[in-house]
Amino acid sequence: MTPTLNDYILVSGLLFAIGFAGVLLRRNIIIIFMCLELMLNAANLSLVAFSRFNLDANGLPNYNAQVFVFFIITVAAAEVAVGLAIIVALYRARQTTHVEDISSLKF
Amino acid sequence: MPSLLFWIFAALMLIFGGAVVINRNPVASALSLVVSFLCLAALFVGLNAYLIAVLQVLVYAGAVMVLFLFIIMLLDLKGEVRRKFNTLAVGGGSLVTLIFVAQLWMVLRRFPEGAQPFPPMAKNVDDVREIGMKIFTSYNLPLQVVGVLVLVATIGVVVLSKRELR
Repeated sequence: MTPTLNDYILVSGLLFAIGFAGVLLRRNIIIIFMCLELMLNAANLSLVAFSRFNLDANGLPNYNAQVFVFFIITVAAAEVAVGLAIIVALYRARQTTHVEDISSLKF
Repeated sequence: MPSLLFWIFAALMLIFGGAVVINRNPVASALSLVVSFLCLAALFVGLNAYLIAVLQVLVYAGAVMVLFLFIIMLLDLKGEVRRKFNTLAVGGGSLVTLIFVAQLWMVLRRFPEGAQPFPPMAKNVDDVREIGMKIFTSYNLPLQVVGVLVLVATIGVVVLSKRELR
């Protein structure tokens, strides 16, 4: 049985669910940030799977989706750099990476 | 992609993705995330997206995760001390995740188009060329906007990393 589009979407959805659970369950801000990356990558996987599934008349994949994934990777890399700089600044100010110790903005 | 390889890499990706969430030690989490990204790159190869697979390895498994490990070791984070269990957060998080997975399963069961095998691709596909053509013609403006975004991010990181913020 060769893998079908549904298998890819299911795997990507499970990866997204793992990242989502990590964001909700973990209390370490760096782990939360890593789980965000996991969710971004799950979205990339389903985009590429749909691009491969939807061939044009010449038998080529839909490259618009892959260009989109390229942009997502670029923006995610920039986001990681800024986010980690913010975490380092936060750690300097508060000496913690535990989200329950950082609740000044909490209502 | 041969079905055995797909399932092996998918299972490895999910197992190490779960290890990211479960590990108490941040360094072990980060290393599990690297393995997860490498398996994801293998899945991209199986989907004939070679450029994306290479970018995944270079940018994610390479640059981004080195940055993560660097910051974890810079802050010298130890394994998390156990705190009191927040039952509401754990229960709510698990519940929402389970509902999401169940919903996905229900949707996929009623999607017969997706159950067909992938159509065969043309021979000799030059995906780097095709993506390059698209990026530099149809998506030229977004490319330049992303370039400016990366520049702004660089400046922002330098400002954030200064000793005293004013």
